[in-house]
Amino acid sequence: MSHVVPQKIYLLVFATLLLMTLVTVDVAFYNFGWLNIYLALVIATFKATIVVMYFMHVKFSPRLTWLFAIAGIFWMIILMVLMLSDYMTR
Amino acid sequence: MSKVHSAVAHHFEDAEQQREAATLGMWAFLVTEVMFFGGVFGAYAVCHFLYPDAFAAASNKLNVVLGATNTAVLICSSLSMALAVRAAQTDKVKQIVPWLILTIVLGLVFFVIKYFEYMHKFHEHLFPGASFVFEGPHGAQAQLFFTLYFVMTGLHATHMVIGFGLMLWLIVRARKGHFSSAYNTPVEITGLYWHFVDIVWIFLFPLLYLIGRA
Repeated sequence: MSHVVPQKIYLLVFATLLLMTLVTVDVAFYNFGWLNIYLALVIATFKATIVVMYFMHVKFSPRLTWLFAIAGIFWMIILMVLMLSDYMTR
Repeated sequence: MSKVHSAVAHHFEDAEQQREAATLGMWAFLVTEVMFFGGVFGAYAVCHFLYPDAFAAASNKLNVVLGATNTAVLICSSLSMALAVRAAQTDKVKQIVPWLILTIVLGLVFFVIKYFEYMHKFHEHLFPGASFVFEGPHGAQAQLFFTLYFVMTGLHATHMVIGFGLMLWLIVRARKGHFSSAYNTPVEITGLYWHFVDIVWIFLFPLLYLIGRA
């Protein structure tokens, strides 16, 4: 039997996602210099994390599912870090 | 038919193992999707790093209100998808189809808003190509931004169209009574796909709409 997430948690995640959308829009209009894009990415990563954990049930899934989800992030980091380490150091 | 679908294939120990294998297969596919979108996100990262001023100027041509509204619409559709899966898991089988229809309708609302955004960009000569016009010093690099804008949002929209197809298939099967707490794997893994598409947009929205606003 798969784990059933309580409706209350879904609504809480939903409300947090909407709130974080407002926050990311608001933050974008303040000038933090080069930090702006990183703030936007941190908020987006937080939103993605709660979608993965609750809507996509990873929090309640076997370790093997965790491994696959983390593998996706890990390979994305390899892609970004190796590519940008070239362009940023020219 | 539903008996056939709920049956455990001979190479699985039980229904639970079969369900976990299907879910894991979907996750393996989603990791390849992360890599697929990783290519364009990588291109974006490099271009944004090389031409930050042009990207800021070009991003300001996009409509933040429409972009934020579409983000909210997709979050709503993710919730209704999650509730469709939950309806199947909790044997509320009559609720599966309404939640799926709501998910599709919200997806279509996203498309209507996107249509008006695209049309507006066409009229403003911001579609890359021979008729591209961008005032100021960053014309060529701004065209690069809009190329990425149309490629990224276009690929995202393509994924949504595939999602509509999957949900229509689920609606047909749900009407035949195929899904219950005992068997709902297709609903579950279509849900995974739809939430993944939502996550792609969660990253696209700030990267395309919100840079250089301050």
